[in-house]
Amino acid sequence: MKKPIIIFALIVSCIYLFAQQSSQLQASKARGEKVYEQYCLTCHQKDGGGVPKLNPPLIKTSYVTGDKKKLINWVLKGSTENVLIDGKYYSNNMAAQDYLKDNEIADVLTYIRNSFGNKASAVTPAEVKGVRATIK
Amino acid sequence: MKKTLFLLVVSVIVFSIPSCANKNKDTTQTENTYSGIMPDKDNAGLKLPQGFGALKAAEGLGEARHLAVTKEGDIYVKLSDLKNGKGIYWLHDANGDGKAEQMKGFGNFIGTGIYIKNGYLYASSNTEIFRYKLNEKGEVINQDNSEKIVTGLIDRHQHESKSIVLDDNGNIYVNIGAYSNSCQEKDRTKGSSGRMPCPILDSAGGIWEFKADKLNQTYGVGIRYATGLRNVVGLDWNTDNNTLFVMQHGRDQLHDLFPDLYDSKQSAELPAECMYELKQGANCGWPYIYYDEIQHKKILAPEYGGDGKKTGGEDAIDPVVAFPGHMAPNGLLFYTGNMFPERYKHGAFIAFHGSWNRAPEPQKGFLVAFVPFKGGKPNGDWEIFADGFAGTDVIQSTNDAKHRPCGLAQGPDGSLYVSDDVKGTIYRIIYTGR
Ligand code: HEC
Repeated sequence: MKKPIIIFALIVSCIYLFAQQSSQLQASKARGEKVYEQYCLTCHQKDGGGVPKLNPPLIKTSYVTGDKKKLINWVLKGSTENVLIDGKYYSNNMAAQDYLKDNEIADVLTYIRNSFGNKASAVTPAEVKGVRATIK
Repeated sequence: MKKTLFLLVVSVIVFSIPSCANKNKDTTQTENTYSGIMPDKDNAGLKLPQGFGALKAAEGLGEARHLAVTKEGDIYVKLSDLKNGKGIYWLHDANGDGKAEQMKGFGNFIGTGIYIKNGYLYASSNTEIFRYKLNEKGEVINQDNSEKIVTGLIDRHQHESKSIVLDDNGNIYVNIGAYSNSCQEKDRTKGSSGRMPCPILDSAGGIWEFKADKLNQTYGVGIRYATGLRNVVGLDWNTDNNTLFVMQHGRDQLHDLFPDLYDSKQSAELPAECMYELKQGANCGWPYIYYDEIQHKKILAPEYGGDGKKTGGEDAIDPVVAFPGHMAPNGLLFYTGNMFPERYKHGAFIAFHGSWNRAPEPQKGFLVAFVPFKGGKPNGDWEIFADGFAGTDVIQSTNDAKHRPCGLAQGPDGSLYVSDDVKGTIYRIIYTGR
């Protein structure tokens, strides 16, 4: 008799945790959208499609949906070099976004990783903090 | 069986009537059309003034930047991405219907600039200028043998394309774009101040002049013909007053970088995209000032202490025409042909590539504009000449545009050619009078 209760409790708490996580993700994403509009949209455009030859898209690129450390590092540092992004070069410069707070960067990255058709895990402020520490 | 046959006969009769009528219409159209070339039924998707038509002379060239047309009507197109390993394409219309059936690629370098003068085809990469000798039919004699005219020009990631034009005195002019938005200590970074004096101007941010027939020239022998130009892609030599005219791409991100001084609506309109008439030694003011087309003033750049109202640039010239912001003028052509009605003669056509920096406002541009000129001076307001390249009315994101006008050239019959660097369509605009 006890066993089913434990299993039931486990399932419920799993669902609860999952729901909480996804609602956390949703909340972070919503805050991230505001950050995106203010600091990224001009260049990467409303639909995340970028500008041909100039500003790369944020749609399913290896940076956006790939390794989180690499992504955080990119956004903190920006780029003024010729970098091959999924087979193409883009000729604008991206300023370092290190003036944004850890939680703002976490939110905006969670937003871009879960918008424009992307689906990837959330980025946490702690992860941003960790990468920032390796830069300074 | 009989029934089917009957139906077939009836339908042949019925369907041949309208097609007959169409044929009649076609012949009258041919008679009225210059050199027998017909516009596409939908005018290649373009909106044009009454009496004009358009056809797609070629498609699928990829990133078609600038183009040049020979006296025989062949087209050379410069690509900013290699197509089958080649950076220049030669297009030939063998049967005279206006559509190129033959295409041949050569030259293994990407770039923007291309120009024909005195029996040579000049073409630029992002660091060098080459030329190819043409035969009397306007064909490149040896596609593997080019001469390097200029070398070692700066390409630092941003504003890297080199546009070229020649005058009648054996000089070639090349744009060297500033590798910066507004010469801040840190490019495009909020709170970073403008460098004083801006060191970029020594080797970029202007137009340089070289000899058109000397090999391997570089900065040492070139002349900085004009300065204070952030980035120029469209430029042309005006033969009416023997002067160089250029189109500057104005600075970006006034609101992103100075949200307290500019709201996003102002930032979408400002600064003007400017046409300048350049005498040797001209200074157009970048990065210290920008031109505000609403106040009609040279305004001190906020990186240099400006607030959107303070004026500056007493030593800088005024533009001859000011257009709304960020429309990205990539092509300029003074029309000298005889096909178009009289008012177009001597006037300027400008190919606007279309904006991205107007976001979050809708984007603007993606059109060819016209400015009437007389004696080398504008004598009327600018107007939209050809529109509809983008294929949609509201363009929220630049990527929505299906085609973006980039280069302009005039054919021997007076046709106006427009290149598109999204898909590589070559448009030919003709006057039919209908
Ligand atoms: C001034 C324009 C500009 C702004 C503002 C900007 N970017 Fe970028 N971004 C670029 C350019 C240009 C590159 C490519 C740079 C290169 O190739 O050197 C890039 C590259 C990237 C990349 C890696 C390549 C890819 O497409 O996946 C990411 C991720 C990115 N940006 C995210 C952001 C985020 C998030 C913001 C806002 C916090 C932002 N960018 C703001 C212009 C900009």
